[in-house]
Amino acid sequence: MTTPAPSIPTRPESLTFERLRQAGMALAASALTTAAWAVNDLPGGPAVRQFDLPQPATRIAAAQQDLHVMMLWICGVIFVAVFGVMFYSIYAHRKSKGAKPADFHESTTVEIVWTIIPFLIVIGMALPATKVVVAQKDTTNADITVKATGYQWKWGYDYLKGPGEGIQFVSTLDASQRALSDAGKPQGDNYLLKVDEPLVVPVGKKIRVITTANDVIHSFMVPAFGIKQDAIPGFVRDTWFKAEKTGDFYGQCAELCGKEHAYMPIHVRVLSEEDYAKWAEAKLKAQLAKADDPNKVWAQADLIARGEKVYAANCAACHLPNGKGGGAIKAIDGSALVLDADKGKQINVLLNGQNNIMPAWRQLSDTEIAAVITFTKNSWSNKTGQTVQPAEVLAARK
Amino acid sequence: MTAVLDHGGHAHGHDHAHDHPHGWRRWLFATNHKDIGTLYLLFSFTMLLIGGVLALGIRAELFKPGLQLVNPELFNQLTTMHGIIMVFGAIMPAFVGMANWMLPLQIGASDMAFARMNNFSFWLMIPASIIIVASFFMPGGAPAAGWTLYAPLTLQMGPSMDAAIFAMHIMGASSIMGSINIVVTILNMRAPGMTLMKMPMFAWTWLITAYLLIAVMPVLAGAITMTLTDRHFGTSFFNPAGGGDPVMYQHIFWFFGHPEVYIMILPAFGIVSQIVPAFARKKLFGYHSMVYATASIAILSFIVWAHHMFATGMPVTGQLFFMYATMLISVPTGVKVFNWIATMWRGSMTFEVPMLWSVGFIFVFTMGGFTGLICSVAPIDTQIQDTYYVVAHFHYVLVAGSLYALYAGFYYWAPKWTGVMIPEWKGKVHFWLSLITFNVTFFPMHFLGLAGMPRRYADYPMQFADFNAIASVGAFGFGLMQVYFLFVVLIPAMMGKGEPAPQRPWEGAEGLEWEVPSPAPFHTFEEPPKLNADATRVVG
Amino acid sequence: MSATIPSHSAAGKVPYYFVPGPSRHPLMAAIGLFFVVLGAGQWVNGSGWAPYCLAFGLLWWAVVLKQWFAEAIHESESGLYSDRIDISFRWSMAWFIFSEVMFFGAFFGALYWARVHSVPELGNLEHQLLWPDFKGLWPSSHPGATGAPAGHVEAFSTMGPWPLPTINTALLLTSGVTLTIAHHALREGKRGMTIAFMWLTVLLGFVFLLCQGYEYYHAYTDLNLKLTSGVYGSTFFMLTGFHGFHVFVGALMLLFITLRLQKGHFTPERHFGFEGAAWYWHFVDVVWLGLYVIVYWM
Ligand code: HEA
Ligand code: HEA
Ligand code: CUA
Ligand SMILES: [Cu+2]
Repeated sequence: MTTPAPSIPTRPESLTFERLRQAGMALAASALTTAAWAVNDLPGGPAVRQFDLPQPATRIAAAQQDLHVMMLWICGVIFVAVFGVMFYSIYAHRKSKGAKPADFHESTTVEIVWTIIPFLIVIGMALPATKVVVAQKDTTNADITVKATGYQWKWGYDYLKGPGEGIQFVSTLDASQRALSDAGKPQGDNYLLKVDEPLVVPVGKKIRVITTANDVIHSFMVPAFGIKQDAIPGFVRDTWFKAEKTGDFYGQCAELCGKEHAYMPIHVRVLSEEDYAKWAEAKLKAQLAKADDPNKVWAQADLIARGEKVYAANCAACHLPNGKGGGAIKAIDGSALVLDADKGKQINVLLNGQNNIMPAWRQLSDTEIAAVITFTKNSWSNKTGQTVQPAEVLAARK
Repeated sequence: MTAVLDHGGHAHGHDHAHDHPHGWRRWLFATNHKDIGTLYLLFSFTMLLIGGVLALGIRAELFKPGLQLVNPELFNQLTTMHGIIMVFGAIMPAFVGMANWMLPLQIGASDMAFARMNNFSFWLMIPASIIIVASFFMPGGAPAAGWTLYAPLTLQMGPSMDAAIFAMHIMGASSIMGSINIVVTILNMRAPGMTLMKMPMFAWTWLITAYLLIAVMPVLAGAITMTLTDRHFGTSFFNPAGGGDPVMYQHIFWFFGHPEVYIMILPAFGIVSQIVPAFARKKLFGYHSMVYATASIAILSFIVWAHHMFATGMPVTGQLFFMYATMLISVPTGVKVFNWIATMWRGSMTFEVPMLWSVGFIFVFTMGGFTGLICSVAPIDTQIQDTYYVVAHFHYVLVAGSLYALYAGFYYWAPKWTGVMIPEWKGKVHFWLSLITFNVTFFPMHFLGLAGMPRRYADYPMQFADFNAIASVGAFGFGLMQVYFLFVVLIPAMMGKGEPAPQRPWEGAEGLEWEVPSPAPFHTFEEPPKLNADATRVVG
Repeated sequence: MSATIPSHSAAGKVPYYFVPGPSRHPLMAAIGLFFVVLGAGQWVNGSGWAPYCLAFGLLWWAVVLKQWFAEAIHESESGLYSDRIDISFRWSMAWFIFSEVMFFGAFFGALYWARVHSVPELGNLEHQLLWPDFKGLWPSSHPGATGAPAGHVEAFSTMGPWPLPTINTALLLTSGVTLTIAHHALREGKRGMTIAFMWLTVLLGFVFLLCQGYEYYHAYTDLNLKLTSGVYGSTFFMLTGFHGFHVFVGALMLLFITLRLQKGHFTPERHFGFEGAAWYWHFVDVVWLGLYVIVYWM
C-alpha cells in the first residue's frame, strides 16, 4: 500500500511556520527567561520553541502534517468568517450606537443552510483523513518486525523477523540524566531523551513494531515517524514506519504508566542498509558472547557484583538504592521473605510478581535473577550468606 | 416552621415574620431549593479553589525543566486529583447549584420535586469530597492513575484508590438523585402554560443533561466497581491472564466519559442562550433548532467514545466510525454558535459583565471546539493524543467553556440571589484579566503538544522550557483573578454590599425569574402563576 | 419532624405541591454513608477497625432511612401528597429504574466484550507470541474449558441452566404473577387477598435467594467455579451477584409494602408505594430473564 503523501522536506507550509517560529522566538526570547537554558534544537527530537508538528521523517508523518495544515486552514477560515460577523455585529449593532433591535428570530431556511454546509465541510475533512487512516493501519509486508515491550520504566526490543532477527536488548534512560532531573539541574540537548542503547533500524525499510507491555499500559511514540501505539499488557498491537532518511529520532512514553512515566524515552537510530547489517552482525555476536550459560556455577562474590548492577538497573527505581522501599513498595532490606531460608520464595516472587505491584521479572536471564537475589540476600543489613545459582532459577521457571 | 405549607386561600408574604428557618438549621437541614442551590455553589467554588491550588502545584513544578518542588509520585497525584476535583467537585456541582436556584424560578414551580432528596444529593458531596481530598494523607498518597483511572495502573495504587472508588460511588449516587430531581421537576412542575417548547433554554439544556447523567453515571459506577473487585477479590475483568482486557476498562470508562464532557458543557450552552438574547434585546434566534441541536449533541455523544482511544490500536473500521461520528458533532454545535450570533445580529447590544463572559465564552469555546475537531481526525490524533495539545483542547472547552459560562450565569443571576448589583468595573476587571491570563496559560500548550510534549509528565526535555514557563506564569495570573473574584466580587455581594437590585436588573432579560423581587423571597410560586402567551411574564 | 404537618392539611386540604420543611434526615443519612465509605475503603485493605466502621455506618444509615421513610409515609397517610406528587413519584421511579438498567448494562457490556473480543483475541495466532497455550474458548460453550493460559486459572466447570437456574426462573416468574394478582386485588379493594398474595410474593423472592445461595455453594464446592475463575467467573458472579442483591432489595421493598398494607395503608385508587415496588420487582425479573438466557444458556 502506498500512501498519497507528497515528498518530504520542502513544503511551503512549513516555511510559513518557520517564519512564524522565528518571529515568535524573537518575541519570546526578548520577554522571557530562556536564555538561561543553554539548549539547541535536537535533530529528530524537539526543537526549541517548536510551534508545529515535527519535521516528518516518514510519508505518514508528512501526510498527518498535511492534514493538520488543511484543518488549520479550514478552521481558520471558518473562524475568521464566523467571528468576523460577530465582531461586526458587536461593533455595529450596539445600543450606544442607537441600534434598535430587529424582530426576526426564526428562519428554517438558514437553519437548514447552516446545518448542511458544515456537514459538507466535515465530509471534506473526513475524506483525506480516511486515506491516511487506511495507510497508517496497513502493517502488512514488513521488512523487519520488532517487538517493543513496555516495562516500568524502560523499553525492551526483540527483533523477531528480518535482518537482525534474534537481537534482544533493553533500552533505559541514561541514569545520569535521571539524577540531573532529581537535582533540578537539567542539561543537554537530549535531556531526558538519552538512552543506553537505541533501537536501530535500516533506512527505507518497512519496520513493523509490535507493542506489548509487561505491567501497565505504555505508549510507543515517535513523533517524527508519525507513530503512537499503546503497549497493552497481555495483548499485542502493531504499527509501522519506513524512515526516509538516516539519523537519530526521539520519542517518549505517551501513556501514564506510574511514577517514572516521564523517564522512559525512545531513541531510534536509522542507519543505511550496510551500516545496519554491520551493526546487526556485531550485535548478534556480542549477544552470543555475553549470553550466560544457566548451568554455570558462580562464585558468590561474582554473583553479588553482577547482582548489584542488575539491582541498580531494575529494582532501585522502586525499592530505592538502599533497599528501603516506601509507600506501597516493600522494603528489601530486612524483609522476612529475603531473609527466609527457603530461597524458592524469593525466586518465585521475582518470576511471578506479587500483589499487582511487584511485576514479574521473567524477562531477566536466569543468571541475572540469581545474581540479584544473591545480592539482596547479602546487602545492607541482610547477611544470609545464601547464594542462588542460575540453575535454581531455571528449575523454578519450569 | 409551618410556613412552607401555609398557602391556599390567603395571600402569602404578609404573615411571615418567621418566613424561613434561621441559623445553622436553615443550612444543614435545608429543603429550600434556593438554599440548597447556594450550598452547591459555595461548595463547588471551594472545590474550584482546591483543584486550582493543585493545578498551581503542577504549573509550579513545570515552570522549568528538572524537578524542583515535588517528586514524580506526588506530581501524578496532583494531576489526578486536580482532574477529579475539577470535574466532579467544581464544574458539575456548580451547574447543579445553578439548576437548583433557577429551574423552579424559571418554570414557575414552588420548589424542586423532591426537596429532601435534593438536600441529600448535596450532603453526599461532602463525605465524598472529604475522603477524596483526605486521600493525599493516606499511606501511599492519593490515587495517581490520572482522572481516567485506567486499569491496570489503578491495580498498583495504594489504599487511597479504594477510598476514591467508594467516594465516587456516592458522588455518582448524588448525581443520579440530583438528575432525577431535575427531570421530574421539569416534567411535572411547570406552571400551566409553560409548555416544553416555551421553556427557557437553561431548563431545556438541563433536562437533556440530566438524562445524560442518569444514563452514564451508573456505567462509571460499574467500571470502578470492576476495578475494585479486580484489586481485591480476584476477578479478571482487566487481567488478560484470566481472559479480561485492560482496554475494556477504557471502553466502559469513555462510554461514561464522553457524555460526561457534554454534561459539563450543555448547561453552559443553556446559560449563554439566555444571556445573549437578554443583552441583544432580541429573542433567541432559532429556539427550536437550539433544542434539537442540544438533543442531537446528547444523542451523538453516546457513539463517539472511542475517539479517546485512537492510540489503543482499534481496527480501521473502528477508527473510521468513531472519527466520523465525532466530527459530526461539530454540526449541531455549529448550529448553536450560529444561532447565538444570529441573535446578536441587528440586536441592540450592551455589554454588561454577563454579556462579556458570554461573548468570551462563544469566542474561546469555539477555539476549543476546533481543536477538538482536530483531535478527532484520527491520523492527527496519532500525533497529539496524550500530549499537551489535548490538555489545551479540554481547558479551552472546560475553563473557557464551562467555567466562563458559570461566571456569566453568576453575574447574570447574582442580583436575584443576593439582592445587590455587582459593580460593573469589578466584573470587567475579572473578565478581561481572566481572559488574557487564560490564554497566556493555555494557548502555548497547543505548541507544546504539537511538538510532542506528553501530558502527565513531571519533567520534560529542555526544548519545551519556554512555553511551559509562559503557561505557568499565566496560570498564576489566572488563579489570582479567581482569588480576586472571591474577595472583591463574591464576598461583598454575599454580605449585601452594593446598590439594591431591582426586580429586573437587565433591561432585555425575559423569563419568570425576573417576575419575583430581588433578592428572591424564600418562597416563590407556591401557587402556580398564570402566565402570558409566551410564558415569560406572570399575569394576574 | 412531623411537627411540620399543619392541622389544616389534615383537615382535608391537600396542598398543591407539598414541600417538606427543614429535615435532618438527609444530613444524617450522608453522615452514615461517610462511615460506610470510610469503612468499606479501609476494609478491603484489611484494617482491623474498618468492618466495625462499616457496620456502624450501615446501621446508622438504616436507622435514618427508617425515620425518613416513616416521616414520608406519615405525610402520605395524612393526605399531604397531591396527585401531582404522585406523578412525581412515578417519573422518579421510572428514571431510577432506567439508571439501574444502565448499571447492569455496564456488566453485560463487560461480558459481551470478554466473550466476543478479548478471549478470542487472546487465543488467536498473533497472541501466541505472548500466550502460547491460551485457549480462546468461551468456557460455557465447552464444559471444563478454561479460557485462560494454563496455570493461570484453575480448571472449573461452568454453570448450566439446569436445574437450579430454571427453577429460579420459575420462582421469579411466578412471583411476578402473584404480585400482579395482589395488585388487582388491591384495586378491587380485597385487602385480605392482597396481603396473602404479597406474602406469597415475598416468600418466593426469599426462596429464590436461598436457591441462589445454594447455587453459589455448589459452584464453589463442586464446580470449582469461583470469583477468581478468570473472566467467566468474574462476569458470572458479578452479574448474578448484583442481580441477587437487587432481588434482596426488591424483596425488602415488597416486605415493607406488605407490612404497610397490614397497617391499612394505601387505597384502591392511590397506592404508588405499592406500584413503585412492583415496578422494581418486574425490572429485577426482566434482568433475570436476560441473565438466564445470556449467562446460563448461551
Ligand atoms: C466541556 C468539555 C468538552 C467539550 C465540549 C468537548 C468537545 C469536543 N471534543 Fe473534547 N475533550 C474533553 C472535553 C470536551 N471536549 C476532555 C476533558 C478531553 C480529555 C479527556 C482526557 O483524556 O483526560 C477531551 C478529549 C478529546 C479528544 C481525545 C483527544 C485525545 O486524547 O487524543 C477528542 C478526539 O476526538 C475530542 C474531540 C472533541 C470534539 C470533536 C468536540 C466537539 O464537541 C466540538 C464541537 C465544536 C466546534 C467544532 C466549534 C463550533 C462549531 C462551528 C463554529 C461550526 C463550524 C465548524 C465546522 C464545520 C468545522 N476531545
Ligand atoms: C474541569 C475543569 C478544569 C478546570 C477548571 C481546570 C483548571 C486548570 N487546570 Fe486543569 N485539568 C482538568 C480539568 C480542569 N482544569 C482535567 C480533567 C485534567 C486532566 C487530568 C489528568 O490528566 O488526569 C487537567 C489537567 C491539567 C494539566 C495537565 C497536567 C498533566 O498532564 O500533568 C494542567 C497543566 O498545566 C492543568 C492546569 C490547569 C490550570 C492552571 C487551571 C486553572 O484554570 C485553575 C485556576 C484556579 C485557581 C488557581 C484557584 C485559585 C487560586 C488559589 C485559591 C490559590 C492562590 C492563588 C495564587 C497564589 C495565584 N490542568
Ligand atoms: Cu511508560 Cu509512560
Ligand atoms: Cu470525548
